[in-house]
Amino acid sequence: MIYLTRKAEFSAAHVYHNDKFSPEENRRIFGKCNNPHGHGHNYTLEVTVKGEIEPASGFVVDLKELKDIMNREVIDALDHRHLNKEVPEFKTAIPTTENLAIVIWNRLAGKLQNAKLHRVRVYETPDLFADFYGEA
Amino acid sequence: MKAYLNRRYRFSASHRLHQETFSAAKNAEVYGKCNNPHGHGHNYVLQVTVSGPVDPATGMVCNLGDLDAFVGHHILEVLDTTNLNEFSAFRETVPTTENLCIFLYKTLKSGFQHAAVERVLVEETSNNSFEYAGEKDAALQRNI
Repeated sequence: MIYLTRKAEFSAAHVYHNDKFSPEENRRIFGKCNNPHGHGHNYTLEVTVKGEIEPASGFVVDLKELKDIMNREVIDALDHRHLNKEVPEFKTAIPTTENLAIVIWNRLAGKLQNAKLHRVRVYETPDLFADFYGEA
Repeated sequence: MKAYLNRRYRFSASHRLHQETFSAAKNAEVYGKCNNPHGHGHNYVLQVTVSGPVDPATGMVCNLGDLDAFVGHHILEVLDTTNLNEFSAFRETVPTTENLCIFLYKTLKSGFQHAAVERVLVEETSNNSFEYAGEKDAALQRNI
């Protein structure tokens, strides 16, 4: 088994707010992230795939294919967007780093030909990042 | 739906690597420059990994404020700008970054209640880092 990680970056705005909470609760739980005008980050995405090396090509995954899938499924949908307003999954879910990792996993799962998705890591800042390994 | 949250913190401390049961010559041989009797220091980076289900109401594994408050109060305020050798935990245990890692893991594991503590990684310099995930180590194994 060999693991390969590809990085990508995207920039997006978001706000943390749950309609079921009172304004006071929203402020207490989400702090500055509850600013109704939103705020943004430069996110870094790391996608790790795993599999056996295909002897003829020497690849675990065709990098061009992985890059195209990441661009199509994730970057085009999230880059320079407001996550709450423009990404359907965040109509209901709060766009935290944890949920971003899960949403990105779900967008990528099953799209790769040979390799298997191992981990999705999303950096909101260099000091805060979330990992998701799927349901297992 | 289990997710992992990672957060990085910084503190600065001095230490001296010295084993009382070794001779002066052996200490010098084993620890080299780190055996300097006056000590030396590092800017440490502590990376904490916690895990748990994502709360549907908040979208969080745990509130970052709770993690920051715990680490701030129990680790950073205690260790920042100190000499590690002065702490009881390092009276008999040499304050290598391996031992520091285990000490920080145990501090978090025994005190932090809001999510499962999976792993501690400590960077002593940008070229040296150490990780501890308890004896089970499964999280460390998969966290490549």
